[in-house]
Amino acid sequence: MLPLDSVLRLDATAVDYVIIATYFVFVLGIGYLAKRAVSNSLDFFLSGRSLPAWVTGLAFISANLGAIEIMGMSANGAQYGMPTVHYFWIGAIPAMLFLGVVMMPFYYGSKVRSVPEFMLRRFGKPAHLVNAISFAVAQVLIAGVNLFLLATIVNVLLGWPIWVSVIAAAVIVLSYITLGGLSAAIYNEVLQFFVIVAALLPLTIVGLHKVGGYQGLIDKVTASKGGAEQLSAWPGNDLSGFNNSFLSVIGLVFGLGFVLSFGYWTTNFVEVQRAMASKNMSAARRTPIIGSFPKMFIPFIVIIPGMIAAVAVPELQQFKQAGGTGGNVTYNDALLLLMRDLLPNGMLGLAITGLLASFMAGMAANLSSFNTVTTYDLIERYFVKDRSDDFYLRTGRWVTVAGTVIAIGTAAIASGYSNLMDYLQQLFSFFNAPLFATFILGMFWKRMTAAAGWIGLVSGTTTAVLVFILSETGVINLPGQGASFVGAGAAFVVDILVSVVVSKVTRAKEESELVGLVYSLTPKEQRTEAAGEGDHGWYRKPVLLAGISLGMVIVLNIVFG
Amino acid sequence: MAEKKAGAFDIRVVIAALIGLYGVILTVLGIVEKQAEIDKAAGININLWGGIAMLVFAALFVLWARLRPIVVPVEE
Repeated sequence: MLPLDSVLRLDATAVDYVIIATYFVFVLGIGYLAKRAVSNSLDFFLSGRSLPAWVTGLAFISANLGAIEIMGMSANGAQYGMPTVHYFWIGAIPAMLFLGVVMMPFYYGSKVRSVPEFMLRRFGKPAHLVNAISFAVAQVLIAGVNLFLLATIVNVLLGWPIWVSVIAAAVIVLSYITLGGLSAAIYNEVLQFFVIVAALLPLTIVGLHKVGGYQGLIDKVTASKGGAEQLSAWPGNDLSGFNNSFLSVIGLVFGLGFVLSFGYWTTNFVEVQRAMASKNMSAARRTPIIGSFPKMFIPFIVIIPGMIAAVAVPELQQFKQAGGTGGNVTYNDALLLLMRDLLPNGMLGLAITGLLASFMAGMAANLSSFNTVTTYDLIERYFVKDRSDDFYLRTGRWVTVAGTVIAIGTAAIASGYSNLMDYLQQLFSFFNAPLFATFILGMFWKRMTAAAGWIGLVSGTTTAVLVFILSETGVINLPGQGASFVGAGAAFVVDILVSVVVSKVTRAKEESELVGLVYSLTPKEQRTEAAGEGDHGWYRKPVLLAGISLGMVIVLNIVFG
Repeated sequence: MAEKKAGAFDIRVVIAALIGLYGVILTVLGIVEKQAEIDKAAGININLWGGIAMLVFAALFVLWARLRPIVVPVEE
């Protein structure tokens, strides 16, 4: 249990509570309004495939802008400084653009309703089951972790008991998702995006003013422990854990930039579901590409405040000077400490609202993808077939309730074994690398067989778990992020090799069954969008937009490199 | 095909309403702000400026929703 009187306790007054309460009224209101648009299961699970691209694009990055992202990245900012931007500029943008330009035509064009369903059509039942079950289990556990983190923050900031905030948050999320389904989740994610920006941007501006502007920040960070290295993104040796600068760059580009991030952004249904909800192929492809523009600027309101906290908050300054030990604060508290020291009541309430919003949206994203996969991919496919659509809509609502109850249980477990949850989360991140290997091979190589699909997936995942165990037990010793780079890399390579070998000795699927699923067998018309109403104008062309985004990231890397 | 404009539920209007409400609260707080609170925020009256910025943002979103309303095709 956390101390009742923490150094982080914020001095919230009535006006702050009014601001927090107003947000929750809006959140529930959106759930209620979205309910009117739900008349069948496709409305509930995929928003009737009707949303405009800017909405799904913002939801796409909001679904990922959860607690771990905001607290974790500001903590990294406080500890490592600018190299943290790699998690955004190398570790997210290229993969998001790749998803929009290359992979989305297959996801959206094949009209599958989930990522596991694509697996089913390309590789058949065994691969589908492996993918659907591991995804559903992972999501409901991660929802529990998000719930627990939210409760911990509320406990520390406002002094509420953990179980009260766990149940209150669960009830709020459950209400709007069971009412409005994915639309409610997505609309709330868009709202959350603006609230987070409204909360963090003023904090950054006040913080920068406090340390004497940007030049003041540079001077103070240079003088602090870690020195001027913290001001340039490359080569980022501290972050990657490699001593050699060359190896560090290679590790960042291939480990973080390729296997880890492509695995996460292109095959994780939590993300892809947002794009599948858009109104047509062009909008679906633009979803991750539009999302990449705000994504590249988020570091400035997350990492910069972390760096400011490390030089402007006395407790954190001491902690850092002592090499990250002692005292009663850690890097994870960077954002909270800065809020405590700089924000007056009013803005403080908004900042707390922003944090709560991000924690809840993370959990809502987990639950809204969990209910889709459980209902469409597990229940409808294997247990209760061929019932009316109305039946599956009701099932989806009950699955959401069940998922929430399990998440509360997971939160309870997490409160007792916080290390266990860290491990689980790291472990789940390994599942994505082999998944990406299987997908990319399956999309571009028509000879890849059904057996290769599931055998490759299982052996890749086993490799990742093996590397994880070896590094946890100290058999291989890699500091920093090195272990997860190596684990994901090994999983990727093993998956590809096993898939190729198995494909050579098993029989491929008929070519006619693979139309729309494999690149070489899909006619160009099916892969590209017929520009519909509202898709005209150069600024709505996916490939051109992706090019602009890529160019901007390169410029950012040069300026802050 | 006939078309009609979407009624109350345009997410842009909802966003503008929330941010606009926050803008009003913060601007009022900023006007009556005590010097101690301003000193806390390194001499910036962040409630006032933040509030005004949010009001401007809300107004722009309403304008956007007015100029480019959601058009819903009506199935006959």
